[in-house]
Amino acid sequence: MDLKILIGGEAGQGVQTAGVILARAFTRMGFHFFADQDYESRIRGGHSFFRIRIRDGQILAISESIDLLLALNPESLSMHLGELTLGGVAVSDSIRDPDLIQKHNIIFLPMGDIALRTSGSRMAANQVAIGAVAELTGLDIEIVINLIREHFRQADLAEQNVNAARAGQQFIMEQNISRLIDSVHEVIKNRRMLINGSESIAMGALAAGCKFLAAYPMTPTTPIIEYMAANAEDFDAVVVQPEDEIAAVHMAIGASYAGARALTATSGGGFSLMVEGIGLAGMTETPLVIILGQRPGPAIGLPTKTEQGDLLFAINSSHGEFPRAVLAPATAEDAFWLTTKAFNLADKYQVPVILMIDHYLASSYFTVEKFDLSALYINRGLPLIEDEMGKPHEYKRHRITGSGISPRALPMLSQALVVTDSDEHDEEGHLTEDPKTRIRMVDKRMKKMQGLHNDIALPLIYGPRSASITIIGWGSSFGPLYEATTALRKQGLNINLLHFTEIWPFPSRAVNKMLESSEKILVAENNATGQFAALFSLKTGRKVDGNILKYDGHPFTPEYIIKAVGKEAL
Amino acid sequence: MSITLNDYTGLQPAWCPDCGNFGILSALKKALVELDIPPYKLVIVSGIGQAGKLPHYLKCNTFNSLHGRALPVAEGIKIANRDLCVIAVGGDGDAYGEGGNHWLHAMRRNHDIIYMVHNNGVYALTRGQASPTSETGFISGTTPQGSPDPLQPLAIAVAAGASFVARGFAGDIDHLAGLIKLALQNRGFSLLDILQPCVSFNHINTYDWYYRRIYKLDNDGKYDPFNKTAAFEKAEQWGDHIPIGVIYLNKRKVFEDSFTALQGQSLIKKKHDVSKATRLIENAL
Repeated sequence: MDLKILIGGEAGQGVQTAGVILARAFTRMGFHFFADQDYESRIRGGHSFFRIRIRDGQILAISESIDLLLALNPESLSMHLGELTLGGVAVSDSIRDPDLIQKHNIIFLPMGDIALRTSGSRMAANQVAIGAVAELTGLDIEIVINLIREHFRQADLAEQNVNAARAGQQFIMEQNISRLIDSVHEVIKNRRMLINGSESIAMGALAAGCKFLAAYPMTPTTPIIEYMAANAEDFDAVVVQPEDEIAAVHMAIGASYAGARALTATSGGGFSLMVEGIGLAGMTETPLVIILGQRPGPAIGLPTKTEQGDLLFAINSSHGEFPRAVLAPATAEDAFWLTTKAFNLADKYQVPVILMIDHYLASSYFTVEKFDLSALYINRGLPLIEDEMGKPHEYKRHRITGSGISPRALPMLSQALVVTDSDEHDEEGHLTEDPKTRIRMVDKRMKKMQGLHNDIALPLIYGPRSASITIIGWGSSFGPLYEATTALRKQGLNINLLHFTEIWPFPSRAVNKMLESSEKILVAENNATGQFAALFSLKTGRKVDGNILKYDGHPFTPEYIIKAVGKEAL
Repeated sequence: MSITLNDYTGLQPAWCPDCGNFGILSALKKALVELDIPPYKLVIVSGIGQAGKLPHYLKCNTFNSLHGRALPVAEGIKIANRDLCVIAVGGDGDAYGEGGNHWLHAMRRNHDIIYMVHNNGVYALTRGQASPTSETGFISGTTPQGSPDPLQPLAIAVAAGASFVARGFAGDIDHLAGLIKLALQNRGFSLLDILQPCVSFNHINTYDWYYRRIYKLDNDGKYDPFNKTAAFEKAEQWGDHIPIGVIYLNKRKVFEDSFTALQGQSLIKKKHDVSKATRLIENAL
């Protein structure tokens, strides 16, 4: 089974609520699920949609076609009717003309009227739609009802919405419309999680022992702040919304210097403001994790759309030279584990670590097996407590060592004084302009790149180990690239996918080896200038044979990649 | 064993001879010793400017941060370990120019830290340009037309409802040390603006200029620092008569007190329990 549903409507019509409830229902029945969202930067009106894909097996990408279109407003119907598959149906309450209904395979469902009659408000039209979907797809309505009750904590409001959903189901049942799916799956015992990228990162941060988050609201990372704030108390964590992103990054640096695992999260615009802080973390060797949620720029760009346009900026952010790591998870599951790894790398090497996501990954929902917390590893690096201190009065915060990593005392946990400086400094942390000390301290810091190199995981090859065509991708575009390359192989193309989630330090030597037998290298990325391709060529010395780019604010689809490879492969 | 001045002896200062910073350094040491605060319990976070070098000339936990950014770093430190005594230090350009937004919101949120602003009315590190508190018409290399009217930091602090607002003078070490002690004992955000003569670049606000104008507020008697209207008047007073002392006090909820996680042990001492994430996982099913 591969069922694609699109719910479209205005902002404020509950498109997302309906989508999430359906998503959870299908997940509870044992299906795999993927959903992405598209909305405009407004609170009411406009056009937004929630696109869902449901399958028996693992699924990581959306598709351009639709089997079931739920149009909560007339615009959604006209915009997406053309995307229906053969046999696909649309559900709408805006077209009553029987001829049109017949011609386009539209089911007339007076959602607003039913909602008003059963719940007392047209606001529940989205619940009527959910009920209709349950009937059309054989989804157990009781699972849906339970989820509605879980969603609306207020009992009377929940019942109004439940009534609306039941009425939607009833309406379809009475019309004797055949179902889109025949077999009704059993509810599985081991439930899977339904989680989006933002939730996954916030969960990963809390599980990893992050005790402090300072962040200024900005799409697409605001849900990370809200999720952490909602759960902070339980984890003895503090979430602060400061005056601006400059304060956010510096507060996190302060908390980290004092010994708390600290995080900040922002988008490209906020990241632009933060970059001096990234250099400060580099110079003072303070662990810091920054979530960079990309969206199309420059400036405000397309605030609620997606892009992978900040890669080279992140790698080079802030003036001067210092070590750092840049990670870019491929899926929500990946985002959880890479968040925990980001904290470990930051603590172990006492460097800033940038975790890059984008609007697409942040807001897309994935079906994920429960995270196995026993596999979670926490490495705080080398913080010194009093017993290990030896002679605290001889402590030097920036002591030169073979690895470049200095033992890290925390203020007040011993008699040792922790002295650090944004000026170039000596081993004790006091400012100096001595040229010899300058060279030794730069070398000491940069030495940490060697250790980081060993801890960065290599990109994975999907498909045959060697192939004549290799597509390279990074970060969130994994799903569509994976599905597209799998489909292309079925069509007979000798192609594989090399996908990066840990980008900096760049694993040049290993990558060169992995690509020895590839005759043609294509790099696919969600930007206009091919930033990863440029980095790849710079670090490996290999030429790229083609760029597959997309910068319309929307994510890749498997169809888009297949078409583009078709052109490039000729 | 009590703390002595020797415990706080740091590197040899590289300030100009007779710089107002020497008086501030002496007053700070005196206050710390008199309150018996050991160096390992103190963190000084400084910005950039001549004032930013101060913690290097003491001996304590030190975070010499960026220009304008001492406050957010200090706030993060205090939240992570509330047992630390946290003092932020900067100059007038650092505090009221580059870091102005942080300053406003630190007062609004009322973080439990002290901000000592070495106010010399000039950018001394970069050799003499006008600052936000330079006198009207101050001519410098970057302001040949003369500086616009100065900012009134104390009036802004009173308007922002800061919990402790005081002005000291680098030329009166005992009085200044007394103010620092009061600030250290205050719970909440304490702004201590310190009039600091710059012997190299500010030839208007000299020691003599201040000696002729400064008078001490009667903090033990008639003057009531809890009276906001009176405080506002004193905060704005400048020219022939310049008040020093505690200008405004405002008992308010301290920022750190609003967080459950900050009750009991300090944040960094609280044990992390990974298994708590099980609940988050269950909620996502």
